[in-house]
This record gives sequence, structure tokens and C-alpha cells, in this order.
Amino acid sequence: MNTIGWPNFRSVNQEGIVFAIAVVLFVAAAIGLPGFIDANNLVAIVRSVSVLGILALGMAVVIIGRGIDLSAVAIMAMSVAWYLQLLNSGTPDGLAFAYVLAGVLAIGLLNGFLVAYADVPAIFVTLATGSFVFGYVRSQLITQDAVPVPQGHWVELLGGLRFLDIPIEVFVFAGLAFLFFLFLRYTKWGRYIYFAGDNPVAARNIGIPVRPMLVLRYVLSAFVALIAGLLTAASLHSINTRVVNSTLLYDIVLVAVIGGIGLSGGRGGVRNVLVGAALIGILLNAMTIVDIPLLYQNLIKAAILLGAIIVDGIINPRDEQTAQQGDI
Amino acid sequence: MSFRERLQSWRYNLVPDHVVGEILTKRWTDNAIPFLALVVTLATFGSVIPGFFKLTALQESTRQLGEFSMVVTGMTVVMLGGGIDLSVGSIFALSCFSAVYVFFILEQSIWLALAASLATGLVFGAINGYLVGYLRLRAFLTTLVTFIFGRALFDILVTTYAADVQLSDATSDVLDFIGDSTFWGLSVSVWLAIILAIVTHIALTRSRPGWHVLAVGGSRRSAHNAGIRVRRTVFMTYVFSGFCASIGGFLIACRLSGAGPGTGLNLEIMALTAAVVGGVSLGGGRGSVIKGLMGAIIVLTMTNGLIRLGYGTGTNQMVLGIMLAVAVTIDIRWLKNRHKVLNEVYVAPVYLKMGETQSAAPGSGTPYELDNRLSAAEHIGLGELEGPEDVILDRNDNLYCGTRHGEIVRFFAPDYVRSEVFAHIGGFPLGLAFDKSGNLISCVGAMGLYSVSPDREVKRLSAETSRSWTSIVDDARLRDPNDCDIAPDGRIYFTDSTKRYDAHDWALDSIENRATGRLLVYDPKDGSTRTLLDGYRYTNGVCMAHDGKSLFFAESWACRVHRYWLEGPKAGTAECVIRDMPGYPDNINRASDGNYWMAWLGMRTPSFDLSLRHPDMRKRMTRRLPQDEWLFPNINTGGVVKFNEKGGIVEAMGDLTGGAHPMVTSMREHKGYLFVGGILNNRIGRYKIAGADPNWTSPASYWGAKP
Repeated sequence: MNTIGWPNFRSVNQEGIVFAIAVVLFVAAAIGLPGFIDANNLVAIVRSVSVLGILALGMAVVIIGRGIDLSAVAIMAMSVAWYLQLLNSGTPDGLAFAYVLAGVLAIGLLNGFLVAYADVPAIFVTLATGSFVFGYVRSQLITQDAVPVPQGHWVELLGGLRFLDIPIEVFVFAGLAFLFFLFLRYTKWGRYIYFAGDNPVAARNIGIPVRPMLVLRYVLSAFVALIAGLLTAASLHSINTRVVNSTLLYDIVLVAVIGGIGLSGGRGGVRNVLVGAALIGILLNAMTIVDIPLLYQNLIKAAILLGAIIVDGIINPRDEQTAQQGDI
Repeated sequence: MSFRERLQSWRYNLVPDHVVGEILTKRWTDNAIPFLALVVTLATFGSVIPGFFKLTALQESTRQLGEFSMVVTGMTVVMLGGGIDLSVGSIFALSCFSAVYVFFILEQSIWLALAASLATGLVFGAINGYLVGYLRLRAFLTTLVTFIFGRALFDILVTTYAADVQLSDATSDVLDFIGDSTFWGLSVSVWLAIILAIVTHIALTRSRPGWHVLAVGGSRRSAHNAGIRVRRTVFMTYVFSGFCASIGGFLIACRLSGAGPGTGLNLEIMALTAAVVGGVSLGGGRGSVIKGLMGAIIVLTMTNGLIRLGYGTGTNQMVLGIMLAVAVTIDIRWLKNRHKVLNEVYVAPVYLKMGETQSAAPGSGTPYELDNRLSAAEHIGLGELEGPEDVILDRNDNLYCGTRHGEIVRFFAPDYVRSEVFAHIGGFPLGLAFDKSGNLISCVGAMGLYSVSPDREVKRLSAETSRSWTSIVDDARLRDPNDCDIAPDGRIYFTDSTKRYDAHDWALDSIENRATGRLLVYDPKDGSTRTLLDGYRYTNGVCMAHDGKSLFFAESWACRVHRYWLEGPKAGTAECVIRDMPGYPDNINRASDGNYWMAWLGMRTPSFDLSLRHPDMRKRMTRRLPQDEWLFPNINTGGVVKFNEKGGIVEAMGDLTGGAHPMVTSMREHKGYLFVGGILNNRIGRYKIAGADPNWTSPASYWGAKP
């Protein structure tokens, strides 16, 4: 009965709202902020959200499967820090990389195993493994907070790569986003993730290998984190492990959740990540241009994330009768 | 006895296997793992670090412990209510800052600082509570976000005001007192933490709001359906957590006289780890303040110990991560598998070599020889009854029996066609007896000894006896009261068949064959219940001898009947009068000719007798086979046996067709008829006894002719 001219609110979803906000913000910033619309600044925006977006892709896959990976940032920073430390101490590149790959694989498997087979809530498993990864690598494997990339190493060269004056990580982000899109949308395994996230018990009953796929998702997330870490090291020529204690992790969750990927699983896709990343990228860039101190930026981001979670809670409400016991 | 059997009997009769299962049924085993962890942690660090237990070192670390355990107490309450509060670190830091700001910068009194501190915590907690409780957002993520928010706010405030705090010269004796002084070796913060823990513990275990928290955590849906205001309860847990964290923050403000960027850092993961390591369950409902405190001591000892041992940056996080992962996994696996483990280990069979017995086969010529007489019994209430374990008749010839549905049914004389529910008890009424004033006394399975007056008023007489010192299971509770009889002085003697199984698990008790049956007495004069004899294999029927000076009781799984003396030179002792019967005895009642009727609920078989000599085999059987394939006493054939005062067998009768009375659990003689009941039967049998006194009734035999 929407004939009088009221918009049909049912057709409005979170993704649409966020996209509209992003556009409005972009236009407002373009008009109000000097230097915002500049080509270099636009590239900087896209570049700044590339690593965040890549991490959010991995997080998105996990969240769609009704999980969460709080160890992503720890894996990202600590795996690369260990890799660079190995290189700096003279280990051959191939061997060092094999070590790191094995380590990343092991943590992904551990996460997945504890979540899938020991039935431990993902949030605790990944909180614990994140803490462990940081603590173990920091105390046992590396010697200082920041580890530099060795001179002339391919990671350093990677950071200098440009294509059409656009840094390589933007292309990596675009490529990965496209791959994830194909995976989630067109492969059997990708569709299974939605089924398992929407209703794990039903998915298991119809014969989907829910548990092995859970493990797969955490391994995938860990490898995505490694890629993000290598790109970070490439652009900064070093990796600072203090990033683990920063709010980067929450930025990732923010990108995923604000884009409209429901935390209760089974909803969302790559497009939501792109929309979320666009909003956050514009926001961060605008705040930096306006010269808001970093501490206040954190406050603003936390407020936005809180708002996003509240909206998520209202859109996907939980009911006393159907809520899972112990689902925290 | 062969060498193998001797070994078996030593192994299974002397090693107390059953203790493992009994310990596992205890709720306190949940505390055992964290407690062990606590002891191991303290012992390890105590031996590795020199001077760990020195008073000065303890004072420093216990001060921290005071603040930390308060935060953990708050976290514990939230977790018990089914939530989680990751913002405690932020609340702690902000409350600390509030106190510092009011005291050092506004230069107000310390009490105002305390008020500001508490207000900060309460408001922050209320925000969490509103979001999680009323808006029902996910606790973990929501408090994670409020944690970031609070932390960001704190960082801004601290960088803005740090210099001013340094320059302030406000001092207060109260502040120094709270921050530095000690009472009997313990600092103020520890005392406050102890008081808070005690109050919280009492509130949780002894007050309505506390029960509501546990109910909501245990099953949110059931709590909601039971009418508990779930949302408000959850809200209050977060407010309480905020309150606890703010006291902690105030204390650290007093101790350090300032707030720095490190205040409350990593506190949330430490508090979470402490609660989980202590054994507070994720998802709520299980745990206690004490567990939280144990966890707090473990975590603090570990982290402080590692720092003092000189391990570098990151070690804390590593250890916390490992502890959290291990504790959460153990918690979840333990919760999930505890009952499975319990099922596996609870049944602990013992070795028993049954004596050789005489045959009961028809034509064998023994006194036990069964015939087919009972198959000729008329039936009463066929198809209407389920499980008349015992039957009894009153002075007006009406017939009473218990049923599986928890009722005592009365059939009216003379034809026993019409019936009514005489009384509803709730449990399964087993043994029945009439006392002098016509009250019907009944042993109700799993409930206790009950009395039903002629006006149908149901009264509980006894549900427990005294606790024995050596038993691990609570043997004060009557688990399987089975049969009762009343002495001339009005005292009620009754049996409790087993301490280890509930009434419906009698088959498991027969397989285990452990001697845990008891004979008890209830004294109506003072309402007390005493245990007279203990350690029989399933005590069952009880019957006063005709002279009232002794009683007979049956020991089912040993196929024996004992006589217990109430008076005379052997008073208080029992002697075995019938041993090695071919059947498992059940109820015993008086016969008109001065002898006694005894029911056989089933017959011994060579296979089960053999299995009693192989406890290992029976253990394997209960673990690996489904229940319907277990070997247990044959209850497809039973019978009625008459024995005399000396224990000599007079006659035996049965139903070899198995059509009417395959298993007999009770029989009662009344005016020349024998009324026969069976716990798995659907009728009561009425059998005309040849040559019996047609005027003899049981009430008259006990209490004399009609008054």
C-alpha cells in the first residue's frame, strides 16, 4: 500500500543504508574538505582500506559461517614478524617461508579443531589463540617490537610496485575480493558456508561436512591474515607487532558488521565488505584530514561499531524461546 | 575356589571401584580440577622463586589480588547469569580516573571520590546491562565494543589530565590508610575483597535475586517461562559487575595515588581467564564465587611469578592464552562428557560365589519343587492395574494395592470388581502394612515411608536416616524403601534395598551385587529413624514373627532369609535362617497355620550364578552391551513358598504356564484365600488355599480381633 509516496522501508536494508551514508559522506567531504577529492588522496583512501579490506574478507567468510576470528590481527603481525626475523637471522628464504606457512596453517587448524571438534565457542578459542600467538612469538621468536624488512628482499620490492600509479595492494585486494566472490557465490563449498552458518544442525543433517568446513574457514582466515601481513610489511618496510594491541581487530569486525554481514551467520557477501570498507575508508581519511587526534578517532569508531551492533541486534533480533543457550 | 577366582574376589571385593563413580556424582568434583591447579601453581612458583611465601612479598601481591579478585567476582556473577563482561578493564580504569580526578584535581574529600568512582562503574555497568539485557545484544561483542569505547575515553582523559594530577598536593589520611595499611597482615583491599566475596556468595546461594541469576544462567528459556524477569536479572548482573570493577578501580587509585596508561590494561582477559580457569562455566549456571577466587589466585600467581622469574614481554599473553584455551576446552568437554563417564564407571560389580541350591524343577522331589497351582488363580482388576507390588486387605475385606502411577487403589469386597483410587502418593507404593489404628503404612519407592489414614490423609513418616561416616553417596536419603512391617509396640521396621541405585534401577543393583541393603526402624513416638543392619544384598520383604519377638527379612540377591531378634538374649542380632534358595525372595507375610508366605520374584539361573563369579565380565557387559541384552536375574518365573518358624520349607507353588503369575512380589492370606501381586503384573490373583483357616485375617493376627 505504498502508493502515497512513502518509501518502502522493507526494501531498505543495512547495506543500502551504509552505502547511502558512504555516498553522502563522500560528497560532503568532497565539498567541505580541501584536498579530499584529489586523485592522490583517493588512491590513499583505497590503499588505506586495502589491508583492512583483505582482513575483512577472511573475517567475512568466518562470520558468514557463524563464527568469528579474533586471532586474525595476531596472526597477521606475528607470522610476518617471525618471517622477517628468520630472514634477518640468516635463514634461507624458502625455508623461512615454509616455517611460517606451517605455523600459520597450524594456528588455523588449531582454531578450527577447537571450534569444530571440541565445540568451544569460536570467540574464546580465537581470543585465546590470538593471545597465545602474540605472546609466544613476541617472547620466544623475535627480539623487539618492530622487525624491519631486509634490504632488497622481495617483500620490499613488492611495496614499491605500481601499476597505473596505483599500489599493488589495491590490486591484491580487488583480486582477492573477486576470488572470494566467485568462491562464495558459485562454488558448492561456498554455498555450503551459507547453509552451515544459517542452520548448522540442519546443514549437518543433510550431509554437509560441517566440521571439516569449519576448520577450512579458520585456515583460510589465517592465510588471508598472512597475505595482509606481507602487504603491510611491504608498504611500511617493517612490521610493528604492537598493532596486535591496537584497535585494528575491531576495525575489521567493524568493516564486516557495518557492511551488513549479520553476526548470527548465513548472511552477507563480498559486496558487504566492499561497502563497509568504503565507508570506513572515507571516514578515516576524512577524520585524518580534519585532524582529529587518533584517540578521538578510536572513540568515534567505537561509537559507530556500537551503533552497528545495536542495528544488527534490532534487524536480527533474538527471541527468549529460540535463542541458543550459552550463545554469547 | 580356584586361584583365578581368589584373585577376582580380591580384586573386585577389596578394591573400592564404586568409590570413583560415587565421587563423580558429587557436585564438588567440579572444584577438584581448579583446586588441584591452584595447589600445583602455588607449589611450583613457591619452590622456583625464592622467598615467594615471605610476608612482604605476599603483601605486595595480595594487594593486587584484592583489586583483581573483586573484578573477578563481578565477572563471575555476570558469567553465572549466562553473559560475559569484557569491559571490566575499562570500567576499572575509568573508575580509578574518576576517583583520582575528584580527589586530586577537584580536591574534594575522599568519600566524594569514592562516590564518583562507584557512580562511574554503576553507569557503565548499566549501559552494558541495558544493551545486553534489554536490547539483548550479544554479550561478548557488545562488551568488547564498550571496552574499546571506555578505553579510548580513558586514554584521552589520562593524557589530558596526567600533568595536573602530578602537580596536585592533595593528601588524605583515609587515602593512605586504604592504600597502604594492613590488618593482621592483610591489606585493606584484601579484606574488602573477602567481604565482597562472602556477601556475593551468600546472595547467590541464599537469596531470591541470586537464585534468579543462577536460574537465568542455567536455562534462560525455562527461567523466562517460569516468570523470572530475565532481562532485568541480566541487567543487574552487569550493574553488579560494574560496581565490583569500580571498587577495584577506587582501591588502585588509593594505592597508586594516580592513574596511568597502564591502569587496567589486559584486565579483561585476565579476569576472564581467572573465572574460566577457576571453573565458572561459559554459558552460565555453573560456578561460584569461590571458584572465581581460586582462578584469580592461579592467574595472578602465574603472571606475577613469570614476571619475577624474568621472562620477557609477551610471556603473560602467551600463558594467559594457553590457560584460557585449555580451561575453556576442559570446561566444555567436561560438561559434555561427565554423565557419559559416570555411566561408564558407576556400575562396579563384585565377586560372589552363590551356594549350591536344591532344584525347584517340577518332579525333582525337593521341598522347593514348583507346580502349576497359581495359574488357576482368579484375577482381580485385570488390565486396570499396573504394578501391584504389594497387596493387603483391611478388616472389612477390602483389597488395597499400589500402582506404578503413584496411587493406592482400593477394590471393594466381596467381589473385588469395583475399585477406586484410595490415595494419590506420587511415588511408586511398594510394601504395605496396617497399623493398630488402621492407618495404611507404605514404603514408597525413592520417596520414603508414608502413612495414609482411613480418611485418606497422606503423611510422610520418614525420608531419611542418619548419615554413615564412611559412605560417599548420601546414604541418609532412602533410595529404595521396599517393604515394611509393624511391631506390637507400634515401631515400623522397613528395608531400604540399596544405597547406590534408585528403585527403577534394581536390575543394575542385581548385576553389581554390592551389599548395600539396610534394615531400618521408624519410631512413631519421636519420629526418629535408625539404621539397624547394613550390608545386605538387596534387603526386601519384612515380616513380624507370629510372637512379635523377632522379624524375618529377605535378602534378595543372595537368596537368603534372615531373622532379626527384637527381644530375648539375641536381641539386636540377625541370623540366617534360609540360605541358598533356588529363587530370589521378595515380600514375606504371615500364614494362617503359623507359618510364613514368601514370594519369589524370580529364579536363579546357572548362567547368572556363573556371571556373579566373573565381575569383570559383568562390568564389560554393562559398558558395551545395550541394556536389553544384559544378563540379569530371570524374572519370567517366580512363585510362592511357605516356610516355618525354623526356616524349613513347607511347600512351594508357581505358575509354570507363565500366563497369570510368572513373577510374584507379594502375597497376602485372607479368609482362606491367597491374594497374589507382582510388580510387573497387570492383575491381582486370588487363589483358594486348600485347608486354610477360613476366618483368619492378617489385621486380626497382628492387632487382635475387631475392637
